[in-house]
Amino acid sequence: MPVRACPCSSVRVLSTFHMALKHVNAVVIGAGAGGGVVAKELAEAGLSVVLLERGPWARFEDHDHDELISQRTTVLGNAFGPDDRRHRRVVEESDGQWRIVLPSEGGYNNNAACVGSGTVSYGAMAWRFMEQDFRMRSTYGVPEGSTLDDWPITYADLEPCYEKAEWEIGVSGDATLNPFAAPRQKPYPMPPHPYTREGQMLEKAATWLGLHPFPIPMLRNTVVRDGRPACIHCRSCVGFACEVDAKCGTHNTVIPRALRTGNCELRTEAVAAEILSDERGRARAVRYFDERDQEQIQTADLVVVSCSATETARLLLNSRSRLFPRGLGNRHDWVGRNLQGHAYSGSFGLFAEDVYDDVGPGACIAACDYNHGLPPGLLGGAMLANEFIRLPYLFAGRHAPGGARWGKAHKDFQRSWFRRHAGVQGPVQEIPVFEARVEIEPGVRDYWGIPVAKLSGRRHPNDIDVGKYIAGRAEEWLRAAGAIKTWQRTPGRGLSGGQHQAGTCRMGNDPKTSVTNRYGQVHEIDNLFVADGSLHVTNGGFNPALTIMALGYWVGGYIKGEWKGTGLKS
Amino acid sequence: MKGVAATGAATVLASCGQAPGRWRFLTTEEAALVNLISDQIIPRDQDPGAIDAGVVYFIDKQLAGPYKRFQQDYRGGLVTVEKTCASMYGKSFAQLSWNEQTKVLQAMESGPSAHFFELIRDHCMQGFYGSPRHGGNKDYVSFKMLGLDYPQIIGQNRYS
Repeated sequence: MPVRACPCSSVRVLSTFHMALKHVNAVVIGAGAGGGVVAKELAEAGLSVVLLERGPWARFEDHDHDELISQRTTVLGNAFGPDDRRHRRVVEESDGQWRIVLPSEGGYNNNAACVGSGTVSYGAMAWRFMEQDFRMRSTYGVPEGSTLDDWPITYADLEPCYEKAEWEIGVSGDATLNPFAAPRQKPYPMPPHPYTREGQMLEKAATWLGLHPFPIPMLRNTVVRDGRPACIHCRSCVGFACEVDAKCGTHNTVIPRALRTGNCELRTEAVAAEILSDERGRARAVRYFDERDQEQIQTADLVVVSCSATETARLLLNSRSRLFPRGLGNRHDWVGRNLQGHAYSGSFGLFAEDVYDDVGPGACIAACDYNHGLPPGLLGGAMLANEFIRLPYLFAGRHAPGGARWGKAHKDFQRSWFRRHAGVQGPVQEIPVFEARVEIEPGVRDYWGIPVAKLSGRRHPNDIDVGKYIAGRAEEWLRAAGAIKTWQRTPGRGLSGGQHQAGTCRMGNDPKTSVTNRYGQVHEIDNLFVADGSLHVTNGGFNPALTIMALGYWVGGYIKGEWKGTGLKS
Repeated sequence: MKGVAATGAATVLASCGQAPGRWRFLTTEEAALVNLISDQIIPRDQDPGAIDAGVVYFIDKQLAGPYKRFQQDYRGGLVTVEKTCASMYGKSFAQLSWNEQTKVLQAMESGPSAHFFELIRDHCMQGFYGSPRHGGNKDYVSFKMLGLDYPQIIGQNRYS
């Protein structure tokens, strides 16, 4: 569907209560992994862009190495938002009861609210999905109780976008060592991070087992690049902003580039409430609350939604009008459906000797032997990698089952094993389920009066079976490395999502079973796009950030190609 | 003389229920009890324990901040601790032997007060193993126990 011109791009329709904001070509909502890339692509192509971000710029100094306020351990709050004061969600518990949850609570399924979003504080694994991950239905068939499907695009379609993400945002790695990786045109722009003591130990064991280990590709500098230093290997990485700015996110790469064009204005602490559409069913403007909580209306020729799977679905569902009584793009009730995350599974092991060398971030070695080709009946799989360093409080809750939970015995365990334990785990690819979903709860409002998201649903049984299999393989790996005691971590059937949330605005060729077309363009609304993990038909057995960035280039590239001159055209 | 005057002033204020004490939420009695419970959760041995780390200061500070939502759990839960002591031993927690205190907490852990026990157990871990900026882990005693340097020693030279 080509992008058509909007002939009525005037501001006359604005309410008299607002000082009219200057009309722009594009509003991008959400400055995370997807939105940051799209904003840069459009600004460099000459479009005038307003990038709305609900949070502020994040600073390392605000929470430095403080474990209790990070994005990984949030007991005293989310380091980079959203805050507990203004945000709520409603979540269905496993017993069927509905409960209001705060952003710092586990069930909220939070993504950071700041410029760069999760790319500021992520562990920064930089995975390309594999070829099979784009055609799960063709590879495995559709199991009962699932909406498993192929993506409308292939790995080959996305490959140039992966490459752009790797080179423009910055990835370190060695592309020659993983025999299961899909074909690629260029190597990584930076050499890989060396193995830690734990990594060296696991490499020997994996090779002995016949696995194919390699250094994890990371959006983290190994050399000085673009004026930012190399990683200093501190122990608090995942969940924290980088002390020296060596971690590569959209906040320190593509967003500054977008701003330098002079075509992109970033508005922080701008909370989108609704996308307004005109009487012909096209997106017209975004209604949002600015940093002083004043309501604003920003008109644009086109709108790109990049708020992550939960908030993108919430925004579309909250954008109701006469033509779209169930929300934008939701004619067939697919917006918010197929919410996925990853069914993390793995094992922990205790060792006779020190394996801890205090070299961060900890995670450094992976293997893709179990992403596909599992025993019959098991769909998909997971990449296996050693875990990021468990900081002292997190480790206090990670003891072997049946062990002391307090008292001297617990303290002894901490003291004896903190430096002599390791974890291997993987993000098990989830089989999409139609009933796992994001809805709107009109009875519960956030600080700005916007109806909140309501999350419900359960994992597909396959994810549990695959999780058990993966945990067994992780245990084998640890045993081969010399672990003297091991125990497994397997997933439950509860609601998925988490920081790897995806799937709620699936792309597809059939408007009846998807929300957008293959370019992230919402069916029936040619000037409304989605560019984030919501588009994922399936979520791979990998951390999804690089794929979301690649989709930013994919969607942005399509818009650029369809854009002509000073206005939208046909 | 000075000391007497200060004590006198404190007594006057305390009598109005407005003691300008060191606690933000807990009463002096509650703080003493939390301190003793934290000692059981993370006892002193060859390394400092929860009392040395100032875990009670962490808990009190958070109860006046992010943990406001747990204030009533603490107020009620600490009463339950004393009631359990009274019913099991006819004494207050402070009067019990170490092993008796342990038995009271074990009873709470597996009984109807498990929710409060979980809360205070978890908060003790946070106060002991978290950052000192929140009131606990004084002088990074838990980091020292685990052999973790702080500030962190960082740099790629560690690979060589």
